[in-house]
This record gives sequence, structure tokens and C-alpha cells, in this order.
Amino acid sequence: MTEKEKLQLQIEACDLRRNALIAIHACNSGHPGGSLSAADLLTYLYFKGMKIDPQNPKWEDRDRFVLSKGHAAPGLYSALALRGFFPVEELTTLRKIGSRLQGHPNMNTVPGVDMSTGSLGQGISAAAGMAKAAKYLNKDLTVYTLMGDGELAEGECWEAFMFASNYKLDNLCVFVDVNRLQIDGRTSDVMNTEPLDKKLEAFGFRILKINGHDMAEIEKADEFYKAGKGQGVPTAILMDTLKGKGVSFMEDQAGWHGKAPSDEELEKALAELDAAKAELEAKCNG
Amino acid sequence: MADMKKIATRDSYGKAITQLGAEHNDIVVMDADLAGSTKSGVFRKEFPNRHFNCGIAEGNMMAVAAGMAAMGLVPYVSSFAMFAAGRGFEQIRNSIGYPHLNVKIVASHGGISVGEDGASHQCCEDFALMRSIPGMVVMCPADDAEAQAAVRAAYEHNGPVYIRTGRLAVPQFHESVDFGFKIGKGEVLREGDDIAIIATGLMVAEAVAAADALAEKGIHARVVNLCTIKPLDEELVVKAAKECGKVITCEEHNILGGLGEAVCGVLSEKCPTPVRRIGVNDEFGHSGPAAALLKEFGLCAEHIVEVAEEFVKA
Repeated sequence: MTEKEKLQLQIEACDLRRNALIAIHACNSGHPGGSLSAADLLTYLYFKGMKIDPQNPKWEDRDRFVLSKGHAAPGLYSALALRGFFPVEELTTLRKIGSRLQGHPNMNTVPGVDMSTGSLGQGISAAAGMAKAAKYLNKDLTVYTLMGDGELAEGECWEAFMFASNYKLDNLCVFVDVNRLQIDGRTSDVMNTEPLDKKLEAFGFRILKINGHDMAEIEKADEFYKAGKGQGVPTAILMDTLKGKGVSFMEDQAGWHGKAPSDEELEKALAELDAAKAELEAKCNG
Repeated sequence: MADMKKIATRDSYGKAITQLGAEHNDIVVMDADLAGSTKSGVFRKEFPNRHFNCGIAEGNMMAVAAGMAAMGLVPYVSSFAMFAAGRGFEQIRNSIGYPHLNVKIVASHGGISVGEDGASHQCCEDFALMRSIPGMVVMCPADDAEAQAAVRAAYEHNGPVYIRTGRLAVPQFHESVDFGFKIGKGEVLREGDDIAIIATGLMVAEAVAAADALAEKGIHARVVNLCTIKPLDEELVVKAAKECGKVITCEEHNILGGLGEAVCGVLSEKCPTPVRRIGVNDEFGHSGPAAALLKEFGLCAEHIVEVAEEFVKA
């Protein structure tokens, strides 16, 4: 990608983070940490990587995205709204009575959500099923999924990895948001899921490690995945990320896994994101 | 009925899904290393490229099926009832039930008639588990024709369906598959108004045999076959209760959470009626030949007759 395109995606990611936090603040609940750590990947996928059509969210040949770490719903909803699947104003109905925007993604209510998720470990299985179905239906599409490193403690993930490998699902691209934190603390303390590269390799995956906050590296990962098509091997991208990325006081803090910011905290967070955005815009226009 | 040729409903599944698969390309079949026992293997023989073995990983299989349904396919998924409904419960609840995806779970080896494998494999909790999921259809066919009809009806129904089949060969009492089966509709197999016996699965044949024995004693029992446990045929249940005044339920399932409680639930609200529940009395099974176990646990015509005689006098 060009430098300008990279800057434009980074600006979009600032907006995504902004909207996710505003939505979480509006209902005083939700998961900011994991939404922010996934924000750059979500921006890349919805604004560049995926073959989708916001005017036709059920288009049969679209790429699919399964948010296996379903609690990052505010991040996904913000990406969908900014991309035009539904009005951005609707984001502040998140988690409220009568809203389409449930606490965890619901495929039947939200345009653009391809699978209902929230119970960890199940999204990856559904994604593998979608990839297998795409092969059965001779559809040339990609199933992208995003998992958490804490999520990988669920045994079902490894059942799904075996399935993906056994059925040669080279149309499945698994991103792991390795932010090293989960509700109860450091993933290495709660239940060490590392070394993920060696484990996934042993389960038959092609592996690439990237900086999950660098748009150019995310694009390279997508290219790495695409280069593997036809090899009969599924791909896993291990993204080195920071939980709460983009807001100084949320970064690398387990406490921000599932807590809404106060009025003052939101103001401070938005000020930081606005400053970052202004700087990017200046570079982009300069 | 005793002279009839007996067929296990799992064999009926193998036959029906293979025929149905020939008619509909969107059907795919999945199993978790038990294709020979669940009889999904019959389909595999005919359509090897449409049968996906998931290995011994039932939870994953359920959510994989959900993903396939989200792509427009109609997966029929099999394992033993214990591992399909039991191990796979939360995946069925969250990935199939909540999004109301078009997955058909056909679980074999329900109940204690699994026999020698013992309690670990004798699932008497599947009705309870599956009934508790909003939007789930729960069926337990009683004979070959009904099982085949249920497998076909499941395809026509848009949404999740659970069908329990059995390991043990059971008598056939429907003459052909085209007897007018409908999801949610029961049928009266014996008329009578002294007492109503409402049964599901292999207990239906026992209920009919019991009714015949009771008739010889001058007790006219109505036998109602409820293949569909959810949604329950409330009209037929209430009518039977009103006209007979006493109801016995029969199921190869824990008396907690299954057909008996479903019937009691309807009757207590719409037509309070005394009920006796015949089933597994909140205990685990154990190893032994199926026929001997059914007798031991009172899941037989003789026990139904005993309960009915006492109940009618009460």
C-alpha cells in the first residue's frame, strides 16, 4: 500500500476506536480493551481486505468475517457502521433494550455480521464450517476470523484447527489478537497458551507473526495468506498487539477488558484519538 | 405386533437420509467417528464427498455445522445422543439455536436401550436439554416409517431440529412412510376413554401392547403417539385428558425434563388432570441386554398395565 493509503486507513482506525468508545460509554458497559487491540485489523479488513458490499450485505460470494472473540463487538459494529452497513448514529444504541446491536454479535439483526458469536471457541469452528462449505459450493471466497490469545485456552479451538487442517482449508485465514491480557490478568499467568506459533504449526498451519497495529504488515499478512491459496494449508496470523491500543491509560491494562470509561475518561480518550487523527491528517494532506 | 419385522430407527435414518440426499444437493452429513453406528455411514457410502467426518470432537462438529448452515447448506449431524446433545449442548444452544440456523441433529443411541455400553452411553437427558433451547424442534420417532418421515419433515422445516433415534430394533406399526406425518402433530393409535397413555419413541409400541392387554381386562385405554415432544400437540393432549380423565406418560428418558413434564406443563395450565409418569426415575442406567434393562426399569407393556390398573381404580 502507498504511504497515503496507509495514513488513510490509520485515520479510519482512529474513527473506529472513537466510535467504539462512545458506544461503550453510552451504555456504560462493554469491552474496550479487545475492541481497541483489534481496531487496526478490523479497519484493514472492512476498508481494504475483504470482498464485501455494504449495499448487499447478504451477497453470496462475499468474503466472510467471524469475530470469534465476540466481545470485541463494539469494534466490529463501528467498522460496519463506518463502512456503511448501517448508520453510525445507531452505535450509541449498543447493548440497550430494543437495539440491533446486542452485547455480542447477532447475525440475524445486524447487517454485515456473518455469524453470531460470543461464546469463546465457537466462532473458529463456525468459520471452519463456512470455509468447508465454500469449498463444497465451489465458491472462491475467504473466511477471515479473529480470535483472542486467551480464547485459545478453549479446547474447541484446537478441535477446529484440526478440522481446518484435515480438510485442507486454504480459504481460511485465522488472525490471533495476541494482546497477552484477559479478564483475570496476564494470559501467561491465567493459562499460558504460548508458544502459539509452534502449536499452530504442529496443527498444520502456515504461520506469520506481525505487528497487529501496522497497516502495511497487516496487508502483508493478507498477501501471505493469499499466496498460500491452492496449497491446501490453512493460515494463521499471530498479531502482536496492545490491549487498549490508542488510549494511553487503557494500553496493556487488564482492567480495561470489560469496563466502560467514565465521562472524564471518555473525554480524555477522545482527545488523545483526535490528536492522533489530526497528526495523521496533517501528514496525509502534507 | 410381536410378529412384525423389527427395525431400529437409526437404520431408518440411514435409509431416509440417503434417499433425501439424492433429492437435495444442499444436504451434507456429518458424524463424529460413529458413522457405522449412527447409520450416517449409509449416506457416506452413496455420497462420500458429501459426508464429513469430524473425528471425536462433537462440540466442534456442532459449530462447524452452524457455519455450513450459515452458508446455505442443510447439515444433518450425527453422534450418540449422549455426545450430540450432551457434549455439544452449548454449541447447539449458542451457535445453532440462538441464530436459528438450519441444522438437523440426528442423535442415535438414545435411552437405556443402548444396553451393554452402560450408563456413560445411555442418554436419558437429551429431551430435557434440547427442549430448553428456544426454537428447537424435538422428535423421537417410534418406528421405521415415522423415523423416515421425521427425517424428511426436518428438511422441509426451516430451523434447528433434534431427532433421537434408537439402537434397538423396534416393531413397525405404520404401513408406509406416507401416513401423513407432521411436525407437532400426534396421532391416536387406540381409541378409548378410561385412561390415556401418551408415549414417545420405543414406548409407543409398549403402550399399544399395554392397551391391548388392558382391553382384555375391560379397561379401554387411548394410546397417543407423540413423536414431536416440542412443539407439543397441546390440542391432542388436552382432548385426551378431557375425555379420559387420567393420563399416563411413557418415555425412555428421565421423568424429569422430558415428555412427562411437557404434558404435565400443558395440562396443569389448560386442563388439570391426574398424571402418572413412566420413565427413568431420575437415576443412571447400567450395563445389560436392552430388553432386560427396559423390563428392569419398568419401560415395558407389563409395567404400563400395572400402573394403569392401579391408576384407574384410584
